[in-house]
Amino acid sequence: MSENFIRFQKVTKDYGTVRVVEDLDLDIARGEFVSLLGPSGSGKTTLLMMLAGFESVSGGAIVLDGQKINDLPTHKRDMGVVFQNYALFPHMTVAKNVAFPLEMRGTAKAEVASRVQKALDMVQLGHLSDRLPGQLSGGQQQRVALARALVFEPRVVLMDEPLGALDKQLREQMQLDIRDLHHRLGLTIIFVTHDQDEALTMSDRIAVFNHGQIQQCASPREVYDHPSNRFVAEFIGETNLLEGTVSAVSGETLSLTLPGGTVFQSHGLAGFRPGDKGLLSLRPERIDIYATAPEGVNCLTGEVTDTVYQGDHLRIVIETAAGRIIARINRKAAEWANGAKVTLGFRAQDGWVIAP
Amino acid sequence: MKYAKAIYASLIVFFLIAPLLVILPLAFTSSAFLTYPIPSFSTRWFEELVVNSVWSRAILNSLIIATATTALATVLGTLAALGLRSQDLGMKSQIRTMFLLPMVVPAVVLGVGMQSLFVRLGINSSYWSVIIAHTVVAMPFVVISVSGALTGIDRRVERAALSLGAPPWKVFSLVTLPLAMPGVLSGAALAFATSLDEVVLTLFVAGPNQRTLARQMFSTLRENISPAIAAAAFIIIVGTVLIALALMLARRRRG
Repeated sequence: MSENFIRFQKVTKDYGTVRVVEDLDLDIARGEFVSLLGPSGSGKTTLLMMLAGFESVSGGAIVLDGQKINDLPTHKRDMGVVFQNYALFPHMTVAKNVAFPLEMRGTAKAEVASRVQKALDMVQLGHLSDRLPGQLSGGQQQRVALARALVFEPRVVLMDEPLGALDKQLREQMQLDIRDLHHRLGLTIIFVTHDQDEALTMSDRIAVFNHGQIQQCASPREVYDHPSNRFVAEFIGETNLLEGTVSAVSGETLSLTLPGGTVFQSHGLAGFRPGDKGLLSLRPERIDIYATAPEGVNCLTGEVTDTVYQGDHLRIVIETAAGRIIARINRKAAEWANGAKVTLGFRAQDGWVIAP
Repeated sequence: MKYAKAIYASLIVFFLIAPLLVILPLAFTSSAFLTYPIPSFSTRWFEELVVNSVWSRAILNSLIIATATTALATVLGTLAALGLRSQDLGMKSQIRTMFLLPMVVPAVVLGVGMQSLFVRLGINSSYWSVIIAHTVVAMPFVVISVSGALTGIDRRVERAALSLGAPPWKVFSLVTLPLAMPGVLSGAALAFATSLDEVVLTLFVAGPNQRTLARQMFSTLRENISPAIAAAAFIIIVGTVLIALALMLARRRRG
């Protein structure tokens, strides 16, 4: 396994005077599943298009397997691309679509037929090989597109929001299917999405994009639990942010003093020194609600103002001296009436302090 | 309301084809004049078209010129439409207007200009002068029709083909062109019909040896009003309808 199979080195992309990708560095290992996650216009799709060769690179270098590919034409890059709208050839049958990349490579006829059949069986569409794309459902079309992108065993598979046009159930099924193919075939996949659940479900690593730069690139668990800045904390999942001043640092635990004088013990980013401003990110599901203050955890008192029923959980809105806090509680936990005085508690390892 | 719409539509259609209904039966008259009433039905005027060398020559000329014009206008018009689709082309709408100009410039103006140009080049009164003149007025139809077909093609489909290993010329021949083919075919049919129908430019740039059917009908109308005109018109109309039907069938088969 080569550690730096794909390398983006100080990659920049300008459209006229607008810089959509700025000095971007990213290394991707062979066999890795990396999601590029970010709001629209954050540069993630542009980066993918540059890797595929559809867009030119304004500055920096893209290196694939030790070779700089900035100026390599798309058709020589050997990458399978899956688009959001499937981009199947409407005038060719399913089998012809899947055979296309093999025919471009001059594969022998008999081998084309057997590999097409195998690829279609892999996505459970072997029985539809004579249909035209227009006669298939969206989910089936996307599976054909997937088979077409994988059949020639490309060096890298690029996916540009491939599940965006599917309904929720189908999307979740396809997420698991793609994840399974990734593990089974050892594919290197770069997956663009704006759906954080999708990124969390599928990826080995998530690169969070904003304003043409990577804000953080780490495992889903790391990105969710230990965001590197405010943008990441707010973009991925829901969080409560409380501003305060760092009053002490001991090992990985910080003491954060809120404006009202309350002191919390919490984990956080390295590099804080007493006196620095800090922002505590507290995920709603990490908060417990008690009638009376327990021992050994951070506590904050408040009043329940609203409860929102969400099926599998309840969202409780609590007004505290430090501001409004949203907690998410399990259906088995006790419920609270509006106006109830409660104590919120969380452990030091469940909070995360970042720079404001 | 439904009946009102149907009646209205029928009246419009009738208005459009009434002239044809007047002229076409005269193709089968036995009389020597292009007038009603028809004394008896005969095919003598169709025989005249074949036997009389002036008419048969004109039909042959029309076919030669229309075929060459169609080939030339279709190739050039398709190339123009492809070029106009390119993303990094500046002044795109101005260039497009230039391509469509021959449709709006009065044919007489175009004819005078072409005649003096062709005379200077020494090719006036030749098949080439007529074919070039017809191509100029036929090409805009191809540009419009192919451009329309090209806008219907998702660029991501072409990008997908590139990424799957197809070099650009294969993307064009295997993906873009087949998908644009309905537009190319209707452009070609329009070009053929335009050439068949062209009189004004032909008057300026054709010599006596390039007399086309339309031109021959025009002069026959002035000299002696022979029912051979109606017979020629019948042939042109039947030919046009057949081309239109073939196009419709080709399109239906594509789904």
